[in-house]
Amino acid sequence: MSINATLIGQMITFALLVWFTMKYVWPPLINSLEERKKKISEGLAAAEKGQEEILLAEQKAKSILKDAKDQSSEIVNMAQKRATEIVEESKEAAKKEGERQIVAAQAQIEQEIQHAKESLRKEVADLAFNMAEQILQAEVDQNKHQDIVQKVSNQLG
Amino acid sequence: MSTEAHAAEGATGYIIHHLTPLSAGHGFWALHLDTIFFSVFLGGVFLWFFKSAAEKATTGVPGLAQNFAEMLVEFVDTQVKDSFHGKSAVIAPLALSIFCWVFLWNFMDLFPVDIFPMIGSLMGLEYLRVVPSTDLNATFGMSLSVFFLIIFYSIKIKGVGGFAKELLLQPFGPWFMPFNLLLKLVEEIAKPISLGLRLFGNLYAGELIFILIALLPWFIQPVLSFPWAVFHILIITLQAFIFMVLTIVYLSMAHEHH
Repeated sequence: MSINATLIGQMITFALLVWFTMKYVWPPLINSLEERKKKISEGLAAAEKGQEEILLAEQKAKSILKDAKDQSSEIVNMAQKRATEIVEESKEAAKKEGERQIVAAQAQIEQEIQHAKESLRKEVADLAFNMAEQILQAEVDQNKHQDIVQKVSNQLG
Repeated sequence: MSTEAHAAEGATGYIIHHLTPLSAGHGFWALHLDTIFFSVFLGGVFLWFFKSAAEKATTGVPGLAQNFAEMLVEFVDTQVKDSFHGKSAVIAPLALSIFCWVFLWNFMDLFPVDIFPMIGSLMGLEYLRVVPSTDLNATFGMSLSVFFLIIFYSIKIKGVGGFAKELLLQPFGPWFMPFNLLLKLVEEIAKPISLGLRLFGNLYAGELIFILIALLPWFIQPVLSFPWAVFHILIITLQAFIFMVLTIVYLSMAHEHH
């Protein structure tokens, strides 16, 4: 239990141990600890930033969506307006066309009536002439009574 | 268990045998070979482990060894930052070395008391004391180194004049100069002595109790040595911790101006 040279040996050993620890052990370990701390705090900061960005993006998306909605409703309104316009226009056109057709049809009808009258008159004249011929038989000479026939025929027209 | 040569001397012989170091040389120049061998070996274990952990240190996900080393480094770093407010590249590594080295010294206490002496006797070594902290030379070697560091830093930070002033003028002012000097000297010298003796006393007593338990009949031994060993797990860590913390405190006191 006596104090002896072992003491000196131990002190030298201790000095070497401390020197080695100072030089080769402590710095890399404490550095890696610090670096990791930094990394983690950076990561946390980045995560926070990311969340903020998400919020911003959400707001942006909302405003874009709102714009799109407004635009689409505007377009729909315009389209509706245009559609009523088109309907109005076509109504107008149809009306005009109808009137035109009516006028043409009336003209044709008039013409037809005129025509029918003409042919009817001719037929009636022929018929009357035939009938009179049958009734009078030989008593009436075509040439003799030419003026009478003409008179009747004119009356029929 | 002891060799037959010592069995004849009974219990006292057994105890003395276990507490006698393997030494070479005479008088002051004797060397306790076992103390030197085991402390150097344990220091090597400490350095090897931490060096390999430090070499592989990454800032990413740490491995098991790195994790453990970092845990100790961070623990020591916290202790240093708690009590020492200056900037020093020495104190934290010093504290880590002290903590780990003393812990490993003390850890040798947990091996059954007879194992290493038995192996030693097989190798032809008459005595073998494996716990370096039961050797005053080891504990004082460390505490005196700390003492020299205290003196060194006191002079480095405060200057020779500042340190002398502190020794002479405190705590009672210039009229009590010799008295102040006496008080201060006692205070300073008490630091290494208490550091070294505390560690030595705790471990020496613990070892002695293990040896006493080993003298009892075999069926009683586990009943006593198991709780004592469990208790010792606390003691050896605590003693290493105390040595480290006091070193930090003393060195931070040396850095402070009064």
